[in-house]
Amino acid sequence: MMINEAEDEEKWLAEGIAGIQHNAFYMHRALDSNNLREALKYSAQMLSELRTSKLSPHKYYDLYMRAFDELRKLEIFFKDEGKHGVSVVDLYELVQHAGNILPRLYLLCTVGSVYIKSKEAPAKEVLKDLVEMCHAVQHPLRGLFVRSYLAQISRDKLPDIGSEYEGDDGTVMDAVEFVLQNFTEMNKLWVRMQHQGPGRVREKQEKERNELRDLVGKNLHVLSQIEGVDLEMYKETVLPRVLEQVVNCKDDLSQYYLMDCIIQVFPDEYHLQTLETLLGACPQLQPTVDIKTVLSRLMDRLSNYAASSADVLPEFLQVEAFGKLSNAIGKVIETQVDMPAVGAITLYVSLLTFTLRVHPDRLDYVDLVLGACVKKLSNIPKLDDSRATKQVVALLSAPLEKYNDIVTALTLSNYPRVMDHLDNGTNKVMAMVIIQSIMKNNTCISTADKVEVLFELIKGLIKDMDGSDVDELDEDDFKDEQNSVARLIHMLYNNEPEEMLKIICTVRKHTMAGGPKRLPFTVPSLVFSALRLVRQLQGQEGDIVGEEVPATPKKIFQLLTQIIEDLSTVPSPELALRLSLQCAEAANDGDLEHVAYEFFTQAFVLYEEEIADSKAQVTAIHLIVGTLQRMNVFGVENRDTLTHKATGYSARLLKKPDQCRAVYACSHLFWVDDQDGVKDGERVLLCLKRALRIANAAQQMANVARGSSGPVTLFVEILNKYLYFFEKGNQQITGAAIQGLIELINTEKQSDSATPDSASDAFLASTMRYIQFQRQKGGIMGEKFESIKL
Amino acid sequence: MNYLVGAFKPPCNIFISFADGRSRKQVPLKKENGKTVMVALFQSQENIVGEVVIEPIQGKKVEHNGVKIELLGQIELYFDRGNFYDFTSLVRELDVPGELYERKSYPFEFSTVEMPYESYNGVNVRLRYILKVTISRNYVSNIVEYQDFVVRNYTPPPSINNSIKMEVGIEDCLHIEFEYSKSKYHLKDVIIGKIYFLLVRIKLKNMELEIRRRESTGSGPNTYVETETLAKFELMDGAPVRGESIPIRLFLSPYELTPTYRNINNKFSVKYYLNLVLVDEEDRRYFKQQEITVYRLLET
Repeated sequence: MMINEAEDEEKWLAEGIAGIQHNAFYMHRALDSNNLREALKYSAQMLSELRTSKLSPHKYYDLYMRAFDELRKLEIFFKDEGKHGVSVVDLYELVQHAGNILPRLYLLCTVGSVYIKSKEAPAKEVLKDLVEMCHAVQHPLRGLFVRSYLAQISRDKLPDIGSEYEGDDGTVMDAVEFVLQNFTEMNKLWVRMQHQGPGRVREKQEKERNELRDLVGKNLHVLSQIEGVDLEMYKETVLPRVLEQVVNCKDDLSQYYLMDCIIQVFPDEYHLQTLETLLGACPQLQPTVDIKTVLSRLMDRLSNYAASSADVLPEFLQVEAFGKLSNAIGKVIETQVDMPAVGAITLYVSLLTFTLRVHPDRLDYVDLVLGACVKKLSNIPKLDDSRATKQVVALLSAPLEKYNDIVTALTLSNYPRVMDHLDNGTNKVMAMVIIQSIMKNNTCISTADKVEVLFELIKGLIKDMDGSDVDELDEDDFKDEQNSVARLIHMLYNNEPEEMLKIICTVRKHTMAGGPKRLPFTVPSLVFSALRLVRQLQGQEGDIVGEEVPATPKKIFQLLTQIIEDLSTVPSPELALRLSLQCAEAANDGDLEHVAYEFFTQAFVLYEEEIADSKAQVTAIHLIVGTLQRMNVFGVENRDTLTHKATGYSARLLKKPDQCRAVYACSHLFWVDDQDGVKDGERVLLCLKRALRIANAAQQMANVARGSSGPVTLFVEILNKYLYFFEKGNQQITGAAIQGLIELINTEKQSDSATPDSASDAFLASTMRYIQFQRQKGGIMGEKFESIKL
Repeated sequence: MNYLVGAFKPPCNIFISFADGRSRKQVPLKKENGKTVMVALFQSQENIVGEVVIEPIQGKKVEHNGVKIELLGQIELYFDRGNFYDFTSLVRELDVPGELYERKSYPFEFSTVEMPYESYNGVNVRLRYILKVTISRNYVSNIVEYQDFVVRNYTPPPSINNSIKMEVGIEDCLHIEFEYSKSKYHLKDVIIGKIYFLLVRIKLKNMELEIRRRESTGSGPNTYVETETLAKFELMDGAPVRGESIPIRLFLSPYELTPTYRNINNKFSVKYYLNLVLVDEEDRRYFKQQEITVYRLLET
């Protein structure tokens, strides 16, 4: 059926076009022979084709344009009085003899155009007459087109300022009056179209109606083009009249389009100066009108205007643009109860954008907007509409982008309250945005208060939110998030130790709430951040003597102890151990023996109680040994205790090779290659010998277990240790001992059960080459190495 | 031609002419045979002066019992065919009985002739003025010649000319108020007016203004009424809504109107009406008819 309809329409259009062409042909002939009577007759017949009711607006437009072209030729003929011999005044009457109204009006407008040009009557009078006579067409479509024709032919004939038609009896006021009247009537006709037809074709009709909107809007465009419409006149006449029509027509399609039209066609400064009036109309529109888009566009335009030049900013202040917009939005939201949250938020986003552009210095405005948004959202605990969520994210991102500085956003008290309305996922995304913003701009957050606010903002990342489903978390995302938080902690910095300490305390307070999954990510950052402070304090040690100083390394270390303890309960013992060692080292640098001892104790306790995995144990032991080796703060007693512990644990590792390696590593505990480091050659030798024993045992065990001894790698490694200490001047390590070891290795290699291994062979070979090299180098070292007989 | 001129040629030609024939205004007049001829135009109280020329056919003599010229104002009712009613009849004897051998002219004059009625050519009635020259003869039929002329009488603009304003409607369906600026119009006048729609509950399609002429002839039981629609002028296209006001501007000049004639010699009347017609989408017609008076204003 629809297809038939379309086909029929094509047919009707074709018939209409044929009718126009046919009559136009005779009209042309009449024009050529200067026969006015015939010309009028055929032009009227031609125009009668426009009386059809069968065409859709689109097709009707086609027909109209063809008639329009023909009318131009007729107008040229009318202009030339010499051709037809009738004065324009008589012509104006003559065309009104036409029996049908539509052709009569088209002809009247055409002659009217000539009439105005001839200046035999004031433009004002002719225009007034034409616009009045057009009342006769009450059919919406035909009426719109005939009035559109009137608008078209009159455009260049308005008695505008500076126009040739302006004079005593035709002022710009008349021009405005004319256009306004035509506009009003056209809009009425346009609105009336909605009331036609049954419901099932309604949608189609609305679409068709929409196609006609530019005919109506054109009038506003003409108004904006009139030179004489200055701000004063716009304010006093044009805008109130246009708005009156917009409000009174009570049609959502029209209201939406026209409001948008007003905003687009008139200059920005006019809008600025008439904000109150324009905004005042908004709450009066139909509830179904998409006001948010309208207002958003207005604010966008004003924002752009503000951005265009700094000179215009005072205007904005003068008219209190923000206050007015803010009020208007409030009212609109209030009156349109059914407006979905997304609509309201979109409005706030626009307002915020506007504020940021126009009043970048007025943070209170930004906060106000956010506050209003919070108020609006207060009756919905969490947003579940994805579009609304998107808008909230936009709302929150806007200040960040503008200021490139989260610090500014932190001063906005409503900022976190808005964030609260986001669902957990989005909240996290937003928190990430904030962190990324900080990272990107290298923003330093330098007070504890700000840190407090910041953590409030990103709490979605810091701790589990109520009701969030932990299982659904994506592991990778989670890692990313937590890594970001860890990075963020490094951005919280203040040169002032006291404040820095506060910051650290604040961060601690928040991060500790993070639970077992988060702490491993965040605590290291926190610890290192604290250690940085410690080192800073140590750097300026001379200055801090007074008891009053709040930030002393001791205090910080106390704090650190607690932090690490907390971490160990998570449990993440390995990490805790590492951090303890770090702290111990820092304490060492600060000459705090007790503290350092304490940390070591902690490390050992962790090792004993928490670290059960053998691999982890190996790593831990090496870490402990490595750290302990560098400590110089301990007295003999403490040191003995610790080294004893370390060697003890080393020897008790599970795998023999691991034991061996740990033990020979322990040898370094007794030989610190510093000026006044410990140099206990005897115990070094003991360690190495013990390592050798273990290596032997390992070899034998391998023999028994697998029927082949392992490679000689362990021996070569021990040989290297021997060489190291030999070189460093440990008297206990003799060339003979080394020589013995080399022989042992060679024997092992040649034993039947030895497994050939290229890696250990190469290792041995290069070790031998080193010895050779040292021997040939000569000097003291050369002589020393001479004692090793190969 | 109702007058039997004769199967044979008349023995003479008669010419009737007016003294100011060249300068006098000529107007078209439709004859019985459908042809339009231009004839002289007079108004009441004018002197009708002219000359009758009788020209015998070469070599013939015309014997007669006298020659006279008559000025006749006749009303002819078509249903009463052949019956003329002369409301005006003036006679001038031009010649005493005798014989005519050669061309002879007779001047004549009717001074300040009372011609109260205008020439009119209607559907059922005709009012005409003629000059009739009769050459009376014995034994054979008289020789007669006619000359039509047209009379138009001018009226000064009426001192009172009220507008026509009226509210009409169908209850709960349609209420309109229309206004015509005047009740009396001259022939080249313009009807200006407005139609206000006070209530519209029916779907209108368009609206027209008709000019209707009502010609009534005869009297009593023998009255014949003939109504013609002279003009159909579309005023509005489409369906108006409440509160709309539609302008009326109708130029009368293109239409062939006559002044309103009221009870002309008790024989006939011609009246004019404006008929406002509203047509709805089902082509039902709603109308309201109002009489207007048409008068002839002296053209300057």
